[in-house]
Amino acid sequence: MFRTEMMEINMGPQHPSTHGVLRLALTLDGETIVEVKPIIGYLHRGVEKLAEHKIYVMVPPLCDRLDYVGSASQNLGYLQAVEKLAGIEVPERARYIRTIIAELNRISSHLVWLGTHALDIGAMTVFFYCFREREMILDLFEAFCGARLTTNMFRVGGILEDLPPGWIEGTRRFIDLFPGRIKEYEGLLSANRIWLERTKGVGYISAEEAVNWGMTGPMLRASGVGYDVRKTEPYAAYDQVEFDIPTEKAGDTYARYLVRLEEMRQSERIIRQALDKLPGGEIRAPKLKTRMKPPAGEVYHEVEGPRGVQGFYLVSDGGETPYRCHFRAPSFVNLAAIGVMSRGGLVADIVAVIGTIDIVLGDCDR
Amino acid sequence: MTTDEVIVNLVVPAIKIAVVLGVVSLLVAYLTLLERKVLGFMQLRLAPRRVGPSGLLQPIADGIKLLIKEDLVPDGADRSLFVLAPILSVIPAFAALAVLPFAAAPFEILGYKFTPFITDVNIGVLYILSITSLGVYGIILGGWSSNSKYSLLGSLRSAAQMVSYEVPLGLSIIGVLMLSGTASMVGIVEAQRAAGMWFFLPQIVGLFCYFVSAVAETNRLPFDLPEAEAELVAGYQTEYAGMKFAFFMMAEYVNMIVVASLATTLWLGGWMRPFPNVEALAFLDFLNWAHPALSGIFWFALKVFLILYVYIWLRGTFPRYRYDQLMRLGWKWLLPLALVNIVVTGLVLIIKQQG
Repeated sequence: MFRTEMMEINMGPQHPSTHGVLRLALTLDGETIVEVKPIIGYLHRGVEKLAEHKIYVMVPPLCDRLDYVGSASQNLGYLQAVEKLAGIEVPERARYIRTIIAELNRISSHLVWLGTHALDIGAMTVFFYCFREREMILDLFEAFCGARLTTNMFRVGGILEDLPPGWIEGTRRFIDLFPGRIKEYEGLLSANRIWLERTKGVGYISAEEAVNWGMTGPMLRASGVGYDVRKTEPYAAYDQVEFDIPTEKAGDTYARYLVRLEEMRQSERIIRQALDKLPGGEIRAPKLKTRMKPPAGEVYHEVEGPRGVQGFYLVSDGGETPYRCHFRAPSFVNLAAIGVMSRGGLVADIVAVIGTIDIVLGDCDR
Repeated sequence: MTTDEVIVNLVVPAIKIAVVLGVVSLLVAYLTLLERKVLGFMQLRLAPRRVGPSGLLQPIADGIKLLIKEDLVPDGADRSLFVLAPILSVIPAFAALAVLPFAAAPFEILGYKFTPFITDVNIGVLYILSITSLGVYGIILGGWSSNSKYSLLGSLRSAAQMVSYEVPLGLSIIGVLMLSGTASMVGIVEAQRAAGMWFFLPQIVGLFCYFVSAVAETNRLPFDLPEAEAELVAGYQTEYAGMKFAFFMMAEYVNMIVVASLATTLWLGGWMRPFPNVEALAFLDFLNWAHPALSGIFWFALKVFLILYVYIWLRGTFPRYRYDQLMRLGWKWLLPLALVNIVVTGLVLIIKQQG
C-alpha cells in the first residue's frame, strides 16, 4: 500500500547558491543525497575556438573572462605561455609587478570565496566584510589599469605602463590593514559552533582520491598534498620571495577554509616582500611586434591560480594566430569530484560543497 | 440585553481588538524596517533610506508593491489550499495577541473600563501555546499545495522542526508556572511583583530553553531551515507572491512579536518597571502623570524591543544549522535541559515548603 521513492530534484541553473549557472541533478532519499550529477555548459562561449582566430595579443581579454574572479592569474598564465613560445625575456620589474598583482588578485578571489561560502551556509555578515576589503583591492586595480574585474593588466613581454604614483603606498596601506581584517572574519566563523558543525567532516575527500581526480589548489592542499606550482616551477618573481604552502590533513570543508585563510596571509607576505624588493628598470621587453609570429611548436605552461593549477596549451604553426588553444580549468576538474564529496550528506551539505570547491562557471565552461 | 451590556460585552472588546490589530500590523511593518536598518548597521551598509525621511515610509512602499503584484497560482497547484495556506498561518499568529497583557491599569473612557489587554483568561499561557502551534498547518499546506519540490522539502522540514521544538518550548515555561501558580498572563506578572523579582533570575535556564526554541518556532536564523534561501530557494514560500507572500511574512513577524511578548510576560516582569517594589525608583514610571497604563506599555514595549533586537542580532551573526543538527539540538540538549529545569524547580519548591 505504501511505497517510498527517491526524489529527483533539479538544482540550478537558476539557483541562489550554485555560483552562476551550474545545474545539479540531485537524487534525494528524504534529505539525504544519493547521487549528484553536475551538468555544465550553460556558460560555454567557445573561448578556445575564438582564440584561434585572434592574433596572440588579442587573446588576453578572452582569458579575463574565463575565471573572471581571478583574472590576473589567467592573464599571467596565458602571457607566460606566449612568452615561452616566442622566447621573450620579461624584465625583472615587470615580473615583480606581475607577482604583486597576481597575489592581490588571489586575495580578492579568496575574499569572494569566503563571502559567498559563508553566505551559502547562512552567515550573511561575513559577505559584506569580505566585499569591503575586496573593494579596496579593486580600487587598486582600477588605479593601475582602469578596469576592476576583467582587468587585462599585463602585456606580452611585461606590462603596458608603470605603476601610477601613490600606488605602492596604497598597496602598503592595504596589506598593513588586511591581517586585522582576517581576524575579524575568523572572529565570526572560526570558533563559531554552528560554522564548525556545518563544515567539519563535510565534503571529505582523501589525499589519494583528490590526486586521482586531478584536484589542485587549496582543494588538494587541504587533503594534505602540498603541491603548488609557485614552488615546484616558480614563475614571475616567486623564486625571489619567501612564502609557505599551507596544508591541512583533514580534507574537509573546514580544512579548506583554514587553508584559504592562511593562503591570504601568505599572499600578504609575498606582496610585502615584493614591494620591498621591487627593482627599477624596464617594464617591457624591447622590440616586440604586435603581429608577432612565434616559431612553430607547442607549449604548455601552468600557473597557480586562486582555484588551482591553470594550464595553458598553445600550438603555433608559425602564423599570426594560435593554431590550437586549450586552457586547463581548475574549476572544471575540481567540480568533477562533487559527487564523491557530497555522497551521503544532506541537501544543506551540497551548498557547503559547492562553496568550498569555489567554482567559477566561466572557468568551468570556458 | 440592555444597551449597557451590549457595549461592555461587544463594543468594548471590538474596539480593543481593532486597536491591537491595527497597532500590531503597523508594528510588523516597521519591524521589517527595523530589521533591515539593524542588519544594515551590522553589515556596514546603508539600509533603506530613499522612501520618506531616512526610509521611514519604506514599509508602506513595500506594502503597496505587494498589494498590486500579480496574484499568481502556479500550474498544478491545489488552488483552494494554496489560497488558504497563508490565511491559515496568519490567523493563529494574530489570534495569539488576544491574551498578551500590555499593561494593567484600565483606561476609563465615557465611563466604560478599557483594560489594556484584550482579555485575561486563566489558561492564557496554554492558549498562546496551542494557538501558535496551529500556524504550522499553514506552512505545511502552503508547501504541499504549491506543487514544487523545494516547497515540499521546506514544508516537511518546518513540520518536523516546529513540532519538535514545541516540546522544549512548552516544558521551558512550566518552571515559571510552578513559581507563579497560575497560567493567567496577568496573574504571572502579578506573581513576579509578589515574589519581588522577575522570574528570569530563578528561571534563567528556562528562559534560555524558551528563547532558543522560540527562535526555532518562528523559523528565524540560525534555525530558518524551512525557508533556507541558500538551499531551498525560499522553502515553502517559493511559489508565493504578492499578498499571499505578505501574509506569510506577516505571520512570521507577528509570531516574533508574540514570542517576545510571552518571554517578556513570563520572565521579564511584563509591564513592570525594574524593581517594581522599590519606591525610590518610582520615577522610572515617568508616564504615570498621563496614565499608569502608558508606563506599563512603555516598559512592555521596551522589553519586547530588546528581545526583537537580539533576534535580529542573531540573524546578523550566525550561520544556519543543518537539518539533522537542528533535530539533535532540540531533542538531545534542549529537551533534557528543560526537564532538568522542571525537576530542580520542583525540588526547590518542596524544600522551601518543608522548611
